[in-house]
Amino acid sequence: MSHEALSQPIIRMQDIIREYVVGGEVMRALNGVTLSILRNEFVAIMGPSGSGKSTTMNIMGCLDRPTAGDYQIDGNSVSALQEDELAQLRNMKIGFIFQNFNLLARTTALENVELPMMYAGVPPKERRERATEALIRIGLQDRLHNRPNELSGGQQQRVSIARALVNRPVLLLADEPTGALDTRNTAEILALFEDLHAQGNTVVIVTHENEVGAHAKRIIRFRDGCIESDTANGAMVMTHATD
Amino acid sequence: MPLTEIIRSAFRSIRANRMRALLTMLGVIVGVASVIALSAVGQASTDSVTQQVEALGSNLLTIMPGSASTSGVSLGAGSATTLVYSDAAAITANDPNVAQVAPLVQRSVQIVYGNSNTSTQLQGTTANYPLVKPTPVAQGRFFLPQEVTANAQVAVLGSQTAQTLFGFQSAVGQTIDLNGVPYTVIGVLAPEGSNGFQNLDDRVMIPITTAMNELTGSDVLNSIDVSATSQQDMALAQQEITSTLRNLHQLGPGEASDFRIMNQATILSTLQSVTQEMTDLLTGVAAISLVVGGIGIMNIMLVSVTERTREIGIRKAIGAKRSVIMAQFLVESVVLSVGGGLIGVVLGGGGAAIAGIVLHKSGLVSLSAVLLSVGFAIVIGVVFGVYPARKASALHPIEALRYE
Ligand SMILES: Nc1ncnc2c1ncn2[C@@H]1O[C@H](COP(=O)(O)OP(=O)(O)O)[C@@H](O)[C@H]1O
Ligand SMILES: [Mg+2]
Repeated sequence: MSHEALSQPIIRMQDIIREYVVGGEVMRALNGVTLSILRNEFVAIMGPSGSGKSTTMNIMGCLDRPTAGDYQIDGNSVSALQEDELAQLRNMKIGFIFQNFNLLARTTALENVELPMMYAGVPPKERRERATEALIRIGLQDRLHNRPNELSGGQQQRVSIARALVNRPVLLLADEPTGALDTRNTAEILALFEDLHAQGNTVVIVTHENEVGAHAKRIIRFRDGCIESDTANGAMVMTHATD
Repeated sequence: MPLTEIIRSAFRSIRANRMRALLTMLGVIVGVASVIALSAVGQASTDSVTQQVEALGSNLLTIMPGSASTSGVSLGAGSATTLVYSDAAAITANDPNVAQVAPLVQRSVQIVYGNSNTSTQLQGTTANYPLVKPTPVAQGRFFLPQEVTANAQVAVLGSQTAQTLFGFQSAVGQTIDLNGVPYTVIGVLAPEGSNGFQNLDDRVMIPITTAMNELTGSDVLNSIDVSATSQQDMALAQQEITSTLRNLHQLGPGEASDFRIMNQATILSTLQSVTQEMTDLLTGVAAISLVVGGIGIMNIMLVSVTERTREIGIRKAIGAKRSVIMAQFLVESVVLSVGGGLIGVVLGGGGAAIAGIVLHKSGLVSLSAVLLSVGFAIVIGVVFGVYPARKASALHPIEALRYE
């Protein structure tokens, strides 16, 4: 990989606006968000409830489209892509982790982790091997064949992390991943994210807990649909998206 | 995503809701079962009618009074009085391709023997009737040509008629009373069943001369049964009879014939078209219930899409394309309809078998009915599955994930 490719941002948002129409009125959830995130950064997005954190994450994760503004992921502009191309992008480049885990019920941990590979067309044998490996790596070797309702919250979140990682995405997005967990599990999951970052993954976490934010190397604060501050190790980050 | 995986996941979600799946399939089950059972019963009755008509003999022609311009074949004919005894004699005399001629007079009569009496069908005919239509005699004999010439008061009874009048006693040699005239029973026919029009076991046969003198008082015939010299000569025989009778009845070139000639093929096709129409009608009604079953599937699939909105959101979030979601729900509704179809085949086959036993017919389930109804069930599953599946695949991932 060239030096240029290394320094090229994985995420590049330029003047992103996201409006919702609620009861006939236009409501602006994001009002001109500009930011870039480089490869192997560990970023926390913080801010009060309703400030637009999830909306930003959903756009980053290609689950949602901005009303206006340009978004590039890994050098590709998303606005021109068809629905199925977005699905493929989510499948191959993004690992999404949700607050409420979002595992398929009535489906074992192993099968949940296999699912993204199934959609990617990985042959069954390889799928099984890779899913098993991912779950073992995350400490769930004893829970391969358990269904979500047989797992604790912490274990479910680990399964969903394994599922997010299994297609080797370029970007891990976690929207309040510890929001539904107790302190002990929160600490374990955060340690896991630090590990993943240390292994070279790019990680973006939404949180409103300061101690969670403290794990990140860079904190972006939202307020009322705008970026209020963007600091890395205490210093202001210049967004280079405009050049 | 390969089809096997999609089918596996369809089975998984159907299994999670067994009772509901069964109720959903019920409409298709009933539809397919009735299509199969009804078409089997229809087929069985068509077969038996065919068999009976074929048993009449393949070189048999029946001449009936009435106008040939009447469309269709009225099997209850007999009111017209255009056929007379001398017509039969003329055919015998003039037509070389005709082998045997048996004129027939029919009337319903009251038979009395001692304290028993029964009303039955009287047939007056000539001694060669058994040569035209097989009429096996079980006891005694059929009447002879000289008995016909002599106006003999002799009678041959159908097996059931004999049973009714004489029970297990021998009928031959006894004297019965027809409309006040005594007849000696000279024979009892072997059981034959029905020929599709009448019960051959319930009749009394007497010489036609006697019948005309004692009972009808005229020389008007109900029909003339004729056998051609061979099956190849059928058409020739029919032509000869037509010209003989037209001459005899003095019909001009423009006039319609006052009789009609039916052969086995025309009788068969008439009867078959009637039973076929019945079968089609019943099958059509059953097909409607299949469509109703399809609507039931659509209904449940729509509920299922709503219930599984979150699941759809999750699948989309991790990269399921529209087509994959679509296929998942479509396969599910097809699995339901095909499952219902297969259960319906089993139940319908069972129903046909039972009906076959009850009706004493080989209620054969036809492969075409099975393929047709299962094929139709698949089509129903696809057609009624498309809308819910499209609805599922069109869901926006975020909205689906936010769905409570
Ligand atoms: N689907 C939606 N329809 C209408 N309004 C929405 C929708 N999603 C989010 N919003 C609104 O957009 C704003 C930002 O929401 P969100 O990004 O979820 O905030 P956060 O994650 O920071 O709490 C909120 O005011 C929220 O009510
Ligand atoms: Mg949020």
